[in-house]
Amino acid sequence: MNMKTTEANNQAAQAKNKAKNKTKTKEGSGKALEFYGQKLESRLLLGTAQYPSPQVLLEAIEQSKTQIITVSVRRESGSSQDGQQFWQLLKQSNCKILPNTAGCHSAKEAITTAMMARELFDTPWIKLEVIGNDDTLQPDVFGLVEAATELCQQGFKVFPYTTDDLVVGEKLLAAGCEVLMPWGAPIGSGRGLQNPKALESYRHYFPDTSLVIDAGIGLPSQAAQAMELGYDAVLLNTAVARAGNPVAMAQAFDQAINAGRSAYLSQPIEPRDMARPSTPVAGTPFWLS
Amino acid sequence: MQIILNGQTIETQQANLADLLVEQGYEALLVATAFNQHFVAKDQRADTVLIEGCKVEVVAPMQGG
Repeated sequence: MNMKTTEANNQAAQAKNKAKNKTKTKEGSGKALEFYGQKLESRLLLGTAQYPSPQVLLEAIEQSKTQIITVSVRRESGSSQDGQQFWQLLKQSNCKILPNTAGCHSAKEAITTAMMARELFDTPWIKLEVIGNDDTLQPDVFGLVEAATELCQQGFKVFPYTTDDLVVGEKLLAAGCEVLMPWGAPIGSGRGLQNPKALESYRHYFPDTSLVIDAGIGLPSQAAQAMELGYDAVLLNTAVARAGNPVAMAQAFDQAINAGRSAYLSQPIEPRDMARPSTPVAGTPFWLS
Repeated sequence: MQIILNGQTIETQQANLADLLVEQGYEALLVATAFNQHFVAKDQRADTVLIEGCKVEVVAPMQGG
């Protein structure tokens, strides 16, 4: 065996070990949920927009058992002072605040918005959104990585809303992100996980990173599916806020997310193509008669 | 002079951002600011000189997903 072949074999062995390590998902994700050192019990992050009333919002937050709510920043009027009333409401929730940069279409806009949010909410946490298309609201991943790099350097704890692209995920981690939030489907679409195979690969590829499905969830069963894939948490808004009964739906999502998490940790069976009797065949009346 | 406050053209004689906020009813409110698309921290507002045609953003907490 020449030296070139030996080197090639060593590289192949290293790649195999790396891949093996990256599939230790189940063991690695049995731990408690933690974002940037903050331990959490609830695996649901809930948005605060589109509720029929402030009271319904508060009740939905309570029934969801969420500990993190997402908020935004918008132009304030010196006369109507809408934002001040909303801030008083938020303080009653006792939840940790995750401000977003929703509506930003460039890294520059997102960075400036993040800095305003940090001062407003007194938190380094930021849900980073850089939108690339108004019809799909899909992330502009180039602007996202650019903004994440700058914000991480400035001490922000970035929660990037991204796609299921592995390379983009790697670049976000290299930028300093400790959480990745791939989309399930376009924001507000309620279509569930559009590409579960890609999201499954994403989970396996980033076994030690906190992963959150952000956007596109419409039903509790879809949230449960995300958790069964091994995702650490789910972030949603419209599915609860626009439901006929947001408070009951919030409770349903809490239950579904817990069920999905338990199922993931319980090591589900592998699917089969053919039937296998669950009732023992031996001893069946008339068997072999 | 005329400036653009939250996308609206207004007339003001205030010299700096801090005084503009008082004039426009933002005093004592929880707001954050940007000047010509650059963030301006609370303690920098008095040092931010307004100029003709400048763009000022004043934002507050709002519902979000």
